[in-house]
Amino acid sequence: MAKLFAVTIVVIAIASAVPIVMHWWPMPQDISIHGHLIDEQYADTMLEAGISFLASQIILAFFIWKFSHTKPGDKIKRFPGGAAGLVTAAFLLVGTEVLALGVFGAKAWASVYLDPPAANALPVQVQAGQFAFYFRYPGPDGTFGPAHANLISEANANFFGLDTTNDADSKDDIVTAELAIPVNREIHLLMHSKDVGHSFYVPELRIQQDFVPGLDVSVHFTATQIGKYEIVCTQLCGLGHYNMKAYLEVKSQDDYDAWLKQQAALQ
Amino acid sequence: MHDMSHQEVHHGAPTSFIRKHIFSTDHKVIGKQYYALALVAALWGMVLSWIMRLHLGWGSLAIPGLHFLSSTGAPGDVMTPEYYLQLMTMHGTIMVFFVLTTAPFAAFGNFFLPIQTGAEDMPFPHFNMMSFWVTFVGFLVLVASFFVADGPTLGGWTMYAPLSAIGSVGGPGEGWGVVLWAASIGIFCIGQLLGSLNFITTTLDMRCKGMSLMRLPLSAWAWFITSVMGLTAFAVLMPACILLILDHLAGTSFFVPSNLVINDQLLPHSGGSTLLWQHLFWFFGHPEVYIAIIPGMGIVSHVLITNMRRPMLSHRVLIYSMGSLAVLSYMVYGHHMFVSGMNPVSSLAFSFPTLIITIPSTIVVLIWLGSLYGSKLRINSASLFALGFISMFISGGVSGFFLAQPSIDIMLHATYFVVGHFHLVMAVAAMFGIFAGTYFWFPKMTGRMMNETWGKVHFWMSFVGAYGIFMPFHYLGIAGNVRRYQAFTDDYLIPLIPVHRFITVAALFTGLAQVIFVLNLIYSRFKGPAATDNPWQGTSLEWSTATPPPHNNFGDKMPVVYHDPYQYSVEGASADYIMQTSTEPVHSPDEEK
Repeated sequence: MAKLFAVTIVVIAIASAVPIVMHWWPMPQDISIHGHLIDEQYADTMLEAGISFLASQIILAFFIWKFSHTKPGDKIKRFPGGAAGLVTAAFLLVGTEVLALGVFGAKAWASVYLDPPAANALPVQVQAGQFAFYFRYPGPDGTFGPAHANLISEANANFFGLDTTNDADSKDDIVTAELAIPVNREIHLLMHSKDVGHSFYVPELRIQQDFVPGLDVSVHFTATQIGKYEIVCTQLCGLGHYNMKAYLEVKSQDDYDAWLKQQAALQ
Repeated sequence: MHDMSHQEVHHGAPTSFIRKHIFSTDHKVIGKQYYALALVAALWGMVLSWIMRLHLGWGSLAIPGLHFLSSTGAPGDVMTPEYYLQLMTMHGTIMVFFVLTTAPFAAFGNFFLPIQTGAEDMPFPHFNMMSFWVTFVGFLVLVASFFVADGPTLGGWTMYAPLSAIGSVGGPGEGWGVVLWAASIGIFCIGQLLGSLNFITTTLDMRCKGMSLMRLPLSAWAWFITSVMGLTAFAVLMPACILLILDHLAGTSFFVPSNLVINDQLLPHSGGSTLLWQHLFWFFGHPEVYIAIIPGMGIVSHVLITNMRRPMLSHRVLIYSMGSLAVLSYMVYGHHMFVSGMNPVSSLAFSFPTLIITIPSTIVVLIWLGSLYGSKLRINSASLFALGFISMFISGGVSGFFLAQPSIDIMLHATYFVVGHFHLVMAVAAMFGIFAGTYFWFPKMTGRMMNETWGKVHFWMSFVGAYGIFMPFHYLGIAGNVRRYQAFTDDYLIPLIPVHRFITVAALFTGLAQVIFVLNLIYSRFKGPAATDNPWQGTSLEWSTATPPPHNNFGDKMPVVYHDPYQYSVEGASADYIMQTSTEPVHSPDEEK
């Protein structure tokens, strides 16, 4: 029974590792400038965690195999180096490993959250609400008009609560249900929620950020590949949570300009 | 030590049925009551998970009889999207609070902590009785939420505001469902605070003659450390629940900011903070993870030592490591909030303690592995589950490397990777700890042995089945599969549905094993062969008293302790173990001074 158990542990450990080691199960394609930092950090962590995982499981299995068939007269043996050796190893090996991961990982984090957006980043506002995202572009004046919560009306398609009669800045604002962006241009996404917590997640973009009701939050990113990707909500927001999504369309600058003009005409 | 007057805790054996079995002040009865509550809760939580898994695999599947649970939640026996979320929330809440906290800590701790310390009961037996009954009322309040108009809350066990704080406009169950949830958990906190006080005082003040702190078994140390955490963590969650209830019933706005609009209506709240809830919840929530798992570490160590016929490489290092985990657990909670909108510098600040907490975790694992080396390992149901615990704890632990880093968390947060991680490291591992404890201590608790063959069947199915469920969760997360979705309608998620179906089959298979366990438990309770006082040749105090122990634990003569807890395979000794109460001299390098 002990030997079978040992073999089972090893089989499960190896079977778990194979899809990763053989690159059968990669993360979704990366379409962002910063994403490679996350992916490299992920790969380094996978290597270190994978070695720790396989080594520990195999040692566990080996010891179960070897030490479960002792005879009554056998003596207890002490692990070479004893507890002091193991504690030292844990501090040195794991301590160094995790500190290295922490320090290098901080760089990837900083590129998304600590570095400010470029001055010429394209500002786009996104509003999350049960169970849809809406996006707003500032229009030719480059300025978003103020949003008035009391004017929000889905029935009248005034999703942001704009007062286009009295607010000059709002008149040229463009509101859409999809996020179209030009490729290779930094986007400064200004996020707010109109009701409860939501999140903005595009796996290919390597961006996930919660909307915090009552707070304005922002992220910035640059998409590098033209294409259509899904934006999904990852913060439980109510019964339609699973179905809350929008599309991110990364377009060439010309296509983007044409799209924006078309959307402006629809307002 | 042992200076608390015996009169304070001494109470004669009750004679009436009610005082003996229901409103009992005997810690052993209370321990069994907690175990029974955890068992009922676990079965209910498991059935909920089956329903959820069937729905995730085959969304339009009619589950016969489901409409009896809720005619509106499952019309025609097919679950609605909101009912999926409601059952999911109940699964998490029931499992975390009423199973993973009650069984390893409150159930086994109540039964065995006083015995392992050499006390005749806990110092405040009436508080102890209250602790269970208050917890039971908390459970009933949670169950009651199934029967209110729009059912239990759908907000997830983390109950994030403002969804949880704005009332029924937020969706089904967000009115009375949330109020009952918060009331239930608030009441639960009171029960655990009372229990923690008793555990701490028992450990510090009730030890018998000769029982120094370092002579306490590792299980007793684990319960003690956990009770200190319980005292501080539940004391934060309880006021958070009270504030949440006030937001519902008293018109306050602790967790709701101004200018929120639902259904084109401006909500009449202002001035609250949604992140405040997250900080309060996770300041409790992360220590809670360790409240669930540290007792398991203690139980598994205790079970393994007896079955390895040797002490751990270092008793003290394990105790210090568990203590370090407890302290660090309060410093890492922000890793649940990396992408919450919290200041991004705070995320880095929370990342480093989270990475550092892997050091004491690694030390614990290495001590276990190093102690297995050169041991005389016995294979039985208890030791299999204890070894399975180590395997699960390793597997769930290494995925923590990823989630501890905010940069990678951008990708994996709120995906099935997280669900796989915490299920392995705190749920499956903790359950394996509970099973190891059950097979090991069942004879002492009931006077009968459990069936070993069915115990092993239970183990094999659980071990293979649990990996079959939770390893694929990690792959789903890597592919970006968001958690808490009742259906996978996104283009990139549709190809993952076959993986979900595989997991559902694995979950049903693993669930079948738990049915076998329960049948074994019930059958053995009444028909199992009689157990001797010390069936595993153990050394700690629970094995030096009768099986099952008398009302005051040790009969006429209180124990006197002469040795460290784990004197196994001592050279020159008359047997391969020397009990703590034995006067036989020991000259062993393992004897801690």
